[in-house]
Amino acid sequence: MKSICLFFQIHQPFRYRRYRFFDIGNDHYYYDDYANETILSKVAEKCYLPTNKLLLKLATKYKGEFKVAFSITGVALDQFELYAPEVIKSFQDLTKTGCVEFLSETYSHSISSLKDKNVFEKQVLLHDQRIFDLFGQKPKVFRNTEMIYSDEIGAQIHKMGYTAILTEGARHVLGWKSPNFLYVNAINPRIKVLMRNFKFSDDISFRFSNTNWSEFPLTAEKFTGWINKLQEKEEIVNLFLSYETFGQRQPKESGIFDFLEHWVDTVVKNDNLKFVTPSQAVQELQPISIVSVPDPISWADEERDLTSWLGNEMQKEAFEKLYVLSQKMTNCKNDDLIKDWNYLQESDHFYYMSTKYFSGNQGQIYKNPFDSPYEAFINYMNVLSDFTLRLNEDVPDSEENQLKVENLLEIIRLKDKKIRTLELEIQRLQKPKQKLKPNSKRKKGN
Amino acid sequence: MKILMFGWEFPPHISGGLGTACYGLTKGLSSFKGLEIQFVVPKVFGDEEPATIQLTGANNIPVSKKEIAFTDTENKIEYFEVNSNLIPYVSDEEFWYLKSQRQTTKNRFVKTTEGFKIEFSGTYGPNLIEEIKNYAIVAESIARDSSFDLIHAHDWLAYPAGIAAKRLSGKPLVIHVHATDFDRSGGNVNPAVYAIERDGMETADRIIAVSNFTRQIIIGKYNIPPEKITTIYNAVEPEAKLNKIKLKKGLNEKVVTFLGRITLQKGPEYFVEAAFLLSKKMKNVRFVMAGSGDKMNEMIARVAQLGLSDKFHFTGFLKGDEVYQMLKLTDVFVMPSVSEPFGIVPLEAMQANVPVIISNQSGVSEILKNAIKIDFWDTYSMADSIYGLLHYTSLAEFLKKSGKQEVNELTWKHSAKEVKNVYKSLLS
Repeated sequence: MKSICLFFQIHQPFRYRRYRFFDIGNDHYYYDDYANETILSKVAEKCYLPTNKLLLKLATKYKGEFKVAFSITGVALDQFELYAPEVIKSFQDLTKTGCVEFLSETYSHSISSLKDKNVFEKQVLLHDQRIFDLFGQKPKVFRNTEMIYSDEIGAQIHKMGYTAILTEGARHVLGWKSPNFLYVNAINPRIKVLMRNFKFSDDISFRFSNTNWSEFPLTAEKFTGWINKLQEKEEIVNLFLSYETFGQRQPKESGIFDFLEHWVDTVVKNDNLKFVTPSQAVQELQPISIVSVPDPISWADEERDLTSWLGNEMQKEAFEKLYVLSQKMTNCKNDDLIKDWNYLQESDHFYYMSTKYFSGNQGQIYKNPFDSPYEAFINYMNVLSDFTLRLNEDVPDSEENQLKVENLLEIIRLKDKKIRTLELEIQRLQKPKQKLKPNSKRKKGN
Repeated sequence: MKILMFGWEFPPHISGGLGTACYGLTKGLSSFKGLEIQFVVPKVFGDEEPATIQLTGANNIPVSKKEIAFTDTENKIEYFEVNSNLIPYVSDEEFWYLKSQRQTTKNRFVKTTEGFKIEFSGTYGPNLIEEIKNYAIVAESIARDSSFDLIHAHDWLAYPAGIAAKRLSGKPLVIHVHATDFDRSGGNVNPAVYAIERDGMETADRIIAVSNFTRQIIIGKYNIPPEKITTIYNAVEPEAKLNKIKLKKGLNEKVVTFLGRITLQKGPEYFVEAAFLLSKKMKNVRFVMAGSGDKMNEMIARVAQLGLSDKFHFTGFLKGDEVYQMLKLTDVFVMPSVSEPFGIVPLEAMQANVPVIISNQSGVSEILKNAIKIDFWDTYSMADSIYGLLHYTSLAEFLKKSGKQEVNELTWKHSAKEVKNVYKSLLS
């Protein structure tokens, strides 16, 4: 019996407006409301609502036999609330069927896991709280932004109380090994690792409507057949997709919704296959080996690395300058600032600054609201400059620093005093020298 | 393959991008075996060495001829000069500047080997068109005396010469459009110039445009069938001089530079407005407008009106090494051109490790990746980009490094190869 773990990522960033340097210190509103609302409404209408409707139909029809996992970023949820509350309602309806598991992740789709453990933890807690408030679930399994994973991140996730983590079944990590098993973390074997089957996942999300693809058209029977034909011992197929695959990347006209419906149908009717949620998979399956990932991987590009976000000097500078503020943010109680701080961390901002896509005809580029990475960088740094000013105003340097400054000032004062006395002494010593002779004469005379 | 090429200027005596382009292109072409070039120029330079000019009459200086050998290539190119005072830019370009210099030029006579004389007035205005026609007659005589397979004419002043040579010899004509009158005039096209340009484009067997931007103008404004026009981008010579110049910046302030003719086409007023916006926010920055042109006085007045004069400097026309010295002092280079067929100066700036901001309305923006591109009229965006380059160090560092890399790959040899392909397709 093979398990199929179906997982969808849902994320929409808050896009910044053109924030010129003239605005620094004058205008503290950073967001392009028009773009955010238009894009979100469009995607809600084309993807989120119709796909949720279909999943609800399938969940009701195959009670208990159809299962799916979601991770919805906090920033996406914030935008649903603002622009399309009906999307949240439809997710709640879907949750009530009991077929949905929500996974944990960072609130703002951030890459804080690569930089600052405290900020990372805070972001994750904030996200879990939000999921609990809306859907009544406490996530047990973690999914990091863009499937970013390393041994270290896995170990930290365990410390934070999660049982498993999802990541990419990257070829350079697995080598000859198959992603279709359960693995464990190399530092702490108590945390399980689910590896994405990128071949099958990308068949649906990228190749489905590609008429040049040798397997086009992809039918439900064909796809289920492929899964069935895997080695008998292989236990789990992890299909991790971006939710926008349905209706957005693959348009409705391509037949993607019909495919999804019929494919679920063939899987449920097949005695050899079943759907599982990540938590269920972790409980049911025995891990077969550790997977060693010393350097972080992600699910992006051919390279499966971090260069889309931290590939060039600009991205690195922006990233460093942002997290320099994290110390100060711990003392910040201002809600507006905390909100802006969270939105500043969206990995999308760094992605827009990437210089990797100049020549390539990458599918993702359409999301970039900027004409060039340079513009994206300047805009972000302008926003960050304004934010820094506000933060410095809100959180003056800590008492400790003030004490240090006072100490230093005290030392300067003492030194000044000393210098003054010494100067007086010099003057005193210099004067008699000039009038040495007359003085001495006078002395003698006296 | 022998090419008869008509231009109007040739280094070391160049006044702008066209001379640089002709030089680079002929140098690139001369590196191919079996390709010979005769280069004809209608202009005499004051500091010409007498020994290099062949005199055929006591007081007449006719077609002058000399051989130039490029040091690093095998072939020699033949170089002709026809004594005239034609200049590429008339009316509202730097005509005023040149005119003041050339008022004193004496009338001269050109004597061809067949013995008829052509009078060159040495002045501009209504006679200019007449002089271009005379240049064409001289061209005809050159065409008659030499053997060649193909004619290549650079920009409108040389089109009639190219046409004349084609009529006489029946050889195919390639015209190379470095600019059109729509770029130079900002829309107020001189009908006589337009007629010459259009005549050249229609007669030509092939047209080379320096960018798609220019190609579109040729298609849209001159009604030329698109399949006749090939886009071949300019390139830049590796500049050895740059490394030799050791110049220390005397001030601790940032320098933002505009370098080019101060004319309508180059958009100097947008640079001034952006400088004003920036100066309100930043203290330690200076602006330099290097060049001359008919809008210079207007710019000086506007800078004074904005109260910027202590931070905004005009250098006048920069010659030779002065350009490189200026670039060495520059932190950000801006080219806000309103209509720029190509624009070679940003490439030179990038060679000098200067990050550049260029307008979307320039041909060079079609090929450059490592440059910030803005619309010329968007002074807010321009000021913001300058601010970003001066404040966020990683951006300037990135553009310096990858910009230099990018520009090193834009070689004339590559462009020349594409030109050669055009020749081949016409001759086969």
